[in-house]
Amino acid sequence: MEYVYKRFSLAVLTILFLFSNNIFAAEGKYVFKAGHPSLKEWLLPDTVPYPEGNKPNKARIKLGKKLFFDPRLSGDGNMSCATCHNPALGWSDGLPTAKGVKSKVLGRASPTVFNTAYNSIQMWDGRKKSLEDQAMGPMEATVEMNMNTAKLFKWLNSNKEYISLFKAAYPGEKIAAPTVSKALATFERTAISNNSAFDRWVKGDSKAMSEQQIRGFKLFVGKADCAVCHSAPNFTDNGFHNIGLASWGNKNPDMGRYTQRPLRLMKGAFKTPTLREIERTAPYFHDGSAKTLQDVVKHYSQGGVVKTNLSPNMTKTKLSASERDDIVEFMRALSSPYKAISLPELPLN
Amino acid sequence: MFNRFLVIATCLILSSVSFAAEFEVGQKNKQFTKRSLTIKAGDVVKFTNEDPFFHNVFSLSEIKTFDLGSYPKGEFKTVTFDKKGKAEIECAIHPNMRMTITVE
Ligand code: HEC
Ligand code: HEC
Ligand SMILES: [Cu+2]
Repeated sequence: MEYVYKRFSLAVLTILFLFSNNIFAAEGKYVFKAGHPSLKEWLLPDTVPYPEGNKPNKARIKLGKKLFFDPRLSGDGNMSCATCHNPALGWSDGLPTAKGVKSKVLGRASPTVFNTAYNSIQMWDGRKKSLEDQAMGPMEATVEMNMNTAKLFKWLNSNKEYISLFKAAYPGEKIAAPTVSKALATFERTAISNNSAFDRWVKGDSKAMSEQQIRGFKLFVGKADCAVCHSAPNFTDNGFHNIGLASWGNKNPDMGRYTQRPLRLMKGAFKTPTLREIERTAPYFHDGSAKTLQDVVKHYSQGGVVKTNLSPNMTKTKLSASERDDIVEFMRALSSPYKAISLPELPLN
Repeated sequence: MFNRFLVIATCLILSSVSFAAEFEVGQKNKQFTKRSLTIKAGDVVKFTNEDPFFHNVFSLSEIKTFDLGSYPKGEFKTVTFDKKGKAEIECAIHPNMRMTITVE
């Protein structure tokens, strides 16, 4: 009797296995019809989150924008945040890895600022918690903006226009690291991508995505299992994974998250970046090693290159050429119409 | 007198053996199923992965340092907490996954 029961449940399990397209993927969660309620988790919240004590307003955005574009925040007076996070280049720089002070080539790529507002952890290794937390870093870093911040605050405190901009934005607060950080973070929270073809399709516009892009999305959440890490709604799990890049095999590789959390799993692990606006921010990966989205998908299709500490969440499914094309086309549906940003008039010296 | 000692000793041994309780904490939807848990010294916590992908469990707290590596859905690993105090439990893969265990 017991034997029969066992046989029976085995058969049931086998049938279940055969009929679920892919039991390890989230594909079964969704109905792939424009506007279907099951897709709603991919929509970003209507209001952009911000921390207590830094509610966005016009004066704060105006000040933050000026600071973001002001090269006088750097030691040589020639590099602003926008040098490496250029809104015309997807809030990045188009370089494989960033170029810092005196054009010194740095070890990691400049991430986009797009939608960082929605992320709960910042930097490739997650060493910063929030945008406020992050903002002074590049000025203090000798390899980046290389600014003497004492000098910077002295100058800002003597500049008439900046004094009045700070007064309007943060009345009663000093012109110092906390207010400079809050203003920059507030401006960064305006770099939002939430009106892509994919967003419109999720909201119900059945024409917004092509058949091929819908197939790509199915693969993305299904067979290719990209969404296990690039998860809803901002295409990131705010998590860390070693995806087996070739540079992980270098002699002294970038240890990534391990420098912050000394656990074996974190060796060579980097933060999952958002994929929104991804078409605008080539080349890809923290080391800039993938020139195109095709290169990226090929990397995943072969299950990584150097697999010594590969994330167990990397799939081993091979993708055909047409499946790879579908996924690339889907990622192209993640860009919103270009929002022109006017350059701010900067305070006079 | 000796008899009394024996009884007390037996009671002590029995209590330490039979009263070590086991608690279960799941990992589901990229969260621990409990945000906080209070246990007694000697108790065991069983961490079960209920998500269809890999998680990790680690703690670098003073009372307990461990790293359970990563394991898939349905599998679990157990940790015994011997020392009193507070332990922060995290998943290294997903830093938003965190909980505290208070050992009394
Ligand atoms: C020299 C180029 C350069 C300059 C100038 C620069 N950044 Fe960056 N930025 C980078 C690089 C490279 C990283 C990633 C570094 C890392 O993770 O180790 C980064 C990371 C960031 C991040 C984290 C994004 C994420 O998704 O994790 C933010 C936010 C940011 N920068 C904002 C700024 C602000 C604000 C300024 C001006 C004060 C600035 N950056 C100046 C190159 C630059
Ligand atoms: C195990 C988690 C994981 C899976 C699965 C995964 N990714 Fe990634 N993805 C990451 C991480 C982490 C990075 C950054 C890695 C680095 O640079 O070291 C990344 C980077 C990328 C980038 C480059 C982003 C940039 O700004 O440079 C693209 C594009 C991308 N992934 C697309 C995909 C696609 C498409 C799939 C499915 C075929 C996929 N990913 C599957 C975690 C994952
Ligand atoms: Cu986890």
